[in-house]
Parts: sequence; structure tokens; C-alpha cells
Amino acid sequence: MLGWIDTLLQGILLGGLYSLYATGLSVIFGIMRLVNLAHGDLIVLGAFLILAATAAGAPLILAFAVVVPLMFFIGYALQSALLNRALGRNILPPLLITFGLSIIVQNGLLETFSADTRRLDIGPLQSASLPLGSGLAVGLMPLICLGAAIGVIVLLNSVFYRTPLGRAFRATSDDVEIAQLMGINNRSIYALTMGIALAVCAIAGFFLGARANFDPSIGPARLLYAFEAVIIGGLGSLWGTLAGGIVVGLAQTIGAHIDPEWQILSGHVAFLIVLVIRPRGLFPRAVD
Amino acid sequence: MILKLDNLTRSFGSLKAVDGVHLEIARGEALGIIGPNGAGKSTLFNLVTGLLRPDTGSIWFDGRDITHASPRARCIAGIGRSFQIPLPFENLTVFENLLVAAIHGRGRREAQVIDACGEILERTGLIAFANRRAGALNLLGRKRLELARALASAPRLLLLDEIAGGLTEAECGELVRLVQDINKSGMTIIWVEHIVHVLVAVVSRLMVLNFGRKIIEGEPRPVMASAEVREIYMGIAA
Repeated sequence: MLGWIDTLLQGILLGGLYSLYATGLSVIFGIMRLVNLAHGDLIVLGAFLILAATAAGAPLILAFAVVVPLMFFIGYALQSALLNRALGRNILPPLLITFGLSIIVQNGLLETFSADTRRLDIGPLQSASLPLGSGLAVGLMPLICLGAAIGVIVLLNSVFYRTPLGRAFRATSDDVEIAQLMGINNRSIYALTMGIALAVCAIAGFFLGARANFDPSIGPARLLYAFEAVIIGGLGSLWGTLAGGIVVGLAQTIGAHIDPEWQILSGHVAFLIVLVIRPRGLFPRAVD
Repeated sequence: MILKLDNLTRSFGSLKAVDGVHLEIARGEALGIIGPNGAGKSTLFNLVTGLLRPDTGSIWFDGRDITHASPRARCIAGIGRSFQIPLPFENLTVFENLLVAAIHGRGRREAQVIDACGEILERTGLIAFANRRAGALNLLGRKRLELARALASAPRLLLLDEIAGGLTEAECGELVRLVQDINKSGMTIIWVEHIVHVLVAVVSRLMVLNFGRKIIEGEPRPVMASAEVREIYMGIAA
């Protein structure tokens, strides 16, 4: 019994990491209707940038504090200089660009950092845990990760629902043509969106590197988990994305508890089941 | 002169939706446009607001050539419009719809436009629905919101596309008074409408479009009594 409770707890905590992977993807899709196929690789890029900063002598927190805004600017520039030029009624060109970007980022990381697996050194936090009694304990870092996922969603929802800028984001998401007729600069909104998404990628990259080993090739699998979390949660809802991440995390840990070989497969099966039962996800936005 | 359309033409395949239209509108004027379905009225609005680009011809607003300006630039320059099929931001509240138009269309801060938006909601009968999601409004509410949102951007030229459709006679009377007030406040208006008696109560000049071409233009009563209009609407040969 304790084993199952522990499995469920670990699943929820893993879900926190997956929802961090998924939040940026959800924001990009929600506002631009763009599926960013490089999203997973950009998370890994975030992890490597933090690693590089620490290797250069910066303390981990400072590295994190520098890389998050750096990734925001990379995202802003990427959207302004490249993706905005390809956006239009045809969804294929931006999709292909992000596919190309995925390959470039992966190979760039491989060239720069080699194929070796890495991990961020988070010191004693690596093994710190919080005892819950009855022999149960949760890792402190996974708990912080879940807290960060919730914090990011609270922050983004505050921006989207309580600020004039957020209103412009939602208006652009609703109807970009009408938004332009109302004086909104959609290209600027899109660039900010990509900036925000990549800043979240950096946060996700930090927790990826703090919780597990990473190497340049693992981006596409992160994209897949993120994509599943977004679809399960329902497009356009960030709390839904958190729920979707937790569903994938729970499915994977339950699968692994039954048989370690079933871990990844169980997540995909849960995704398919939700897709069959609720094609629009668990918490779809009222109008898509 | 606030708006000048010079030999404006736009085709869709072999169909000329707008065909060599010339038009000049003075500041503060109220112009009505009528014509059968498919006459090119909405296409003309789409050309003026920048949603469509003309094949030939030019558009001048306030002395500036805006033929190639973006829809956003035209909004900021002072052109506002409502749509025949209402297109509100459905996931925003009614009030938020107005705030978006007011803040971005006028380039103001939220605190500077809140009162004006509240007043527009009052004038357009939407104040009771201010915090309702726009997607939950019925057709009448949506039509009112179209007008309210266009007003919120404080345009100098307001394009109204069939806003009286579906209204009762009493509501049409209210609408006439509202548009008259807006026009008296100095805003130039171009109003496309099928309900002609509503239109002629407000506008001082009427233009008739058919198959994308301007058929006749002038004071409303002589235009309505003209042989050209009788031929188009009643099939009576001129």
C-alpha cells in the first residue's frame, strides 16, 4: 500500500516537471496557433546554457537568473527575425521552420557540448527529502519543481487575465485579424509570446538538469511529453496543462511500478485514452 | 476631405467585387451605401480598413495615401469599423473588448479610457452585460458590441456594416438617434445598410453599388426615387 502511495506522490511530482515542459508549448499554441517542434530542444538548450554558465564559474542561482532572461531575448529575437515572417494562413511554413530549428539546436549542442550525459550540480538539494511519516518521503527538488510549475502558471495567468498586455494576448489569440483592426501589433505580441515561452523553457531546463541526466538528443522526447500534457489538459488552459502533466507523470510512475519497462508506454497509453474519451482534453477553453 | 477612393478595383477570380469606384467624403459627413447582396459593399469596407488590398486604385485618408498601410496603421490613423457578422473577442468580457480597442486604437493607458468605455457601454445599452463573456451574448448584443467596440477606438471615420439587421422598430429608432449623435459629435460615418428608412434618417448622401460599380450618388430622396434604384431593387426598367 505504501508503495502505491509513494508511486502516486512521485507521479504527481513528475507531473510538475512535465507541466513545466508543456507550459511554454501551451502558451505558444494558445496565442499563435503554432506548434513549436523545437520546444523540447529549447528546454535542453536552457539546461546546457545554465550548465555552461556554472562551468564558467557562476553560482547556480546566478546562472539560472541570467539564462531565464537570456532565453526570453532569444525567443523574442527568434520570433521577430524568423518566425513572424513565416506566419500566415498556411500553418506549414512555421512548422517546418521549427522542425529545422530543432535539428540545428540538437546538432549545435552536440558540436559544442558533445554527446556526453550531463547533470546540474545542485549540491545537497540533490538528495534532500521531506519525510511525511510512515516511512514516506518526497524529494525536496521535485517538490520545488512542482511548486515552480504552479508558480509559473499563477504568474502567467496573472499576466494574461489581470493586465492590459494580457488582454492584448487574449484578443490576439481570439482573432488576430480583428486584433490588428483594433490597433494591436500582433507581431510584437507574438515575439513577446515566444520570449515568455523560452523563459519558461529555461526554467524547465533548470529542473530537467537538476532532476535527471541530460544530453543533446533528449529534446524530442521532452516535446512529446509536453505535447501530451497540453492535449490532455485541453488547449488554451494553463491549469489544464498542469493537470495534463500530472496525468502523464502519474501514468508513467504507475506503469513503472507495475513493470519498469512500461513507464514511457503507460504515459502514451494514458494520452490515447484521454484522446478517445475527451478529444478536446480535460479542461478545454470555452471557444477555440 | 477625410477619405478619398480613387478608381478602386478588387477582383476575386473573374468576379469584380469592386469595380473602379471613386468616392470623396468630407469631414463630418454621413454617407450611406446601399446595394443588393454581392454588390461589393463589405468588400469596399475591407479595402478601406486594409483587410483586403486593391488590385488597382488608391485610398487616401486625411491627405495621406494609405493604400498599402496595414490594418493596424489604419486603425491608429483613425478608421474604425463594425462587422456585418459580429466578430467580438469571444473569450474577453464585453468591457474588455472595449478596453482593447480603446487602449490600442487610441494608444492610451487603461486609466485614461475606463470612463470613456463605461460611457460607450451606457450609450449602446450594454452596461448590464459589461462583465459577461462576449461569446455568450445573443445576436443583438453582439451587434451592439460591434458598434461599441468601434466607438471605443475613437475613430475619426466610422464604417458601419449592417448594424440595424435584426433590430425591432423601436430599437432601430434608438440606433438612429445614437448614430445621429455620434455624427453630430464630428465623427465621419459611412453606413452600409439594407434597412433603407433607417439609413436615410441619418445620412445626408447616398451611394448605390451594383456588381461592384457605383450606379448613382446624391441626396437620399432623389437617389431612392431614381430609375436606376427602382431597376435594381424592383426590376422596373429605367
